[in-house]
Amino acid sequence: MFSRFTPNTFLFSLLCLLVATSTGCGGGANASATPSEPSEPGIPYKKFADAVHAVMMADRTVYASKVVTRLKKQEAPVEPSEYWEDEEHTIPLPAQMFRMGSELVFDNPEAGFTYALKSKWPLNEQNKPKSDLEITALDFIAENPTENFYGEEELGGEKYFVAAYADKAVAEACWSCHNDHPNRGDDYPEFVKDDVMGGVIVRVPMK
Amino acid sequence: MTAAKQLWLSLIGVNVLVVAGIAYSAFAPGASTKTMLLPGKTSHGHYQIEMRCDLCHTEGSGLREDACTSCHAEELRLAKDTHPSSKFNDPTNAELLSVLDATNCVTCHREHVDEQTLPMGLTMPSDYCYHCHQETLETRPSHAEFKFDSCATAGCHNYHDNRALYENFLLKHADEDDFLDEMVGLAREPMLVDSEKSLSATDADAPEEWSGTDFDAVNVLNDWASTAHASAGVNCSGCHLQTPSDETEADSKSDPVWNREVSVQMCGTCHPGQMETFFQGHHGMRLAAGLSAMTPGDARISMHVDAAHRQLDCNACHSGHRFDTEYASVDACLTCHADDHSQAFLTTSHYAAWQNEIAGTAPAGSGVSCATCHMPRVEDDDGNVWANHNQNDNLRPNEKMIRDVCMQCHGLGFSIDALADPQLIENCFAETPAVHVESIDLVKARFEERQRKKEARSKKK
Repeated sequence: MFSRFTPNTFLFSLLCLLVATSTGCGGGANASATPSEPSEPGIPYKKFADAVHAVMMADRTVYASKVVTRLKKQEAPVEPSEYWEDEEHTIPLPAQMFRMGSELVFDNPEAGFTYALKSKWPLNEQNKPKSDLEITALDFIAENPTENFYGEEELGGEKYFVAAYADKAVAEACWSCHNDHPNRGDDYPEFVKDDVMGGVIVRVPMK
Repeated sequence: MTAAKQLWLSLIGVNVLVVAGIAYSAFAPGASTKTMLLPGKTSHGHYQIEMRCDLCHTEGSGLREDACTSCHAEELRLAKDTHPSSKFNDPTNAELLSVLDATNCVTCHREHVDEQTLPMGLTMPSDYCYHCHQETLETRPSHAEFKFDSCATAGCHNYHDNRALYENFLLKHADEDDFLDEMVGLAREPMLVDSEKSLSATDADAPEEWSGTDFDAVNVLNDWASTAHASAGVNCSGCHLQTPSDETEADSKSDPVWNREVSVQMCGTCHPGQMETFFQGHHGMRLAAGLSAMTPGDARISMHVDAAHRQLDCNACHSGHRFDTEYASVDACLTCHADDHSQAFLTTSHYAAWQNEIAGTAPAGSGVSCATCHMPRVEDDDGNVWANHNQNDNLRPNEKMIRDVCMQCHGLGFSIDALADPQLIENCFAETPAVHVESIDLVKARFEERQRKKEARSKKK
């Protein structure tokens, strides 16, 4: 039986043709002397980073708006807390949920990339930018909130593609908690709505 | 045979014996002659199982990938490890890791290097925090004069387990009294009698040849009939009628046989948590490794000489057929342990409280026995309360004892101070602490300062 050739399959074939020559992280796009099997198209690093960042932001938004906000609206006896592991009737803050996800990915050698939430003004010193490129990236997105940052760097002998995305103050609960947090320094900014509070760094090994 | 030939044969014979001895030591699991292959004295935590090289090493004396985590991973998970190796997987840590590889247990905990082994099996200089936390001296002015070798030795921080030492916890419990008004411990539960299942001495189903009218046989029956086992309907066959050990019950080909000996595994059929934790501690780790049972004679700490040859299994403390948990809570311990801390227990107010509880003049759970601190009762996810039989679980670092033990009766500050006082540990907490750890004071001062600044900012707005 012949499969139907739909517009979707046509577009997919065209996309494969276009990206076949791109440098990719998704698998072998190399030319072969015996092209008996069609080679799988690779995904450009930038496209891959943008895609996984879109998923992260979608999940985070859903958690914040559909879980945390819903509980608050219902005056449920459960509230988000920084110390959720040690306090009854609490759930993780959206940023903690995001960080726990990133830790699971850090721990998964099959993931093929890593990501982290970092800031020039971290409440936890361990979340400050650590490499020169991270410092440059966070400076860039702080000054250009509507743009993303892309670059390459070498760490521990490995070369990485790095993408940074602005992490903005969207919910009043986020910036007010940061502004009043005991760990804030004296020079900590007074964040208001839509300020860039940090950045999501996506890092893909360039192999 | 000529003398020369005899000499050659003798030399060959000696060589064969030497090679055979080395080969046996190298390849036979648990061979006692393995000591001659040890590269150095094994640490306090592992010496009991040093004959099982294969538990940590691959063939050819490499290190197994799961050498540490196969025994310690769950412990670290429960401790909410503040420095799990996954924390360092961010590639930006590459430079720091080139100085101190925090993803690898043996960076800090090498084995067989007794001359450089510090408490808790640490084998690197104790100022290791410096490598990653130098900024603390600037971000925390209160810490500016502190030395980096005091971070984890002054009672303020631990590398792995900070459940009782993190800032918010310190602040929440900052103003607690030394002695809490109400004890919050999990008391030993009174024996429940299920009238439908309960058995008496006449119900015993042991083989006829085991029964008799002599003193021992009658005593055994009466002891068993007075226990929770009989009350819960566990008859003689429940423990003594056994499937041969090399067959699982589901795969049994032979009929069960009556056996006077009852293994730890048999007890574990109904008491899995107790068995599992017993195997994790110094009492049971040899049995868990397939070696002979630990004896006090093998211990590195002071033990009573007349207890040297006692075999440590369930019956060592819960002697059959009474399984007396009162005896197991104090007397059983002091039968073997002869160190200053153990012997001093009998002079403490903890012991006086225990005696009052046993005498019935104080409420259940108000006494403090050896087991109260070293085998604390825990509540699992299903709400079952049972005694953790890994008596080493909360010993090192001793701040692990704060939340599950000390804070059942004492305030946090008093507990931290007491555990930081070496004299107090030696006399088994017979006095009040003479040491004061500043951590709660520092946290209070820090939060008060932050509160002042927060109010000042609010006024500006």
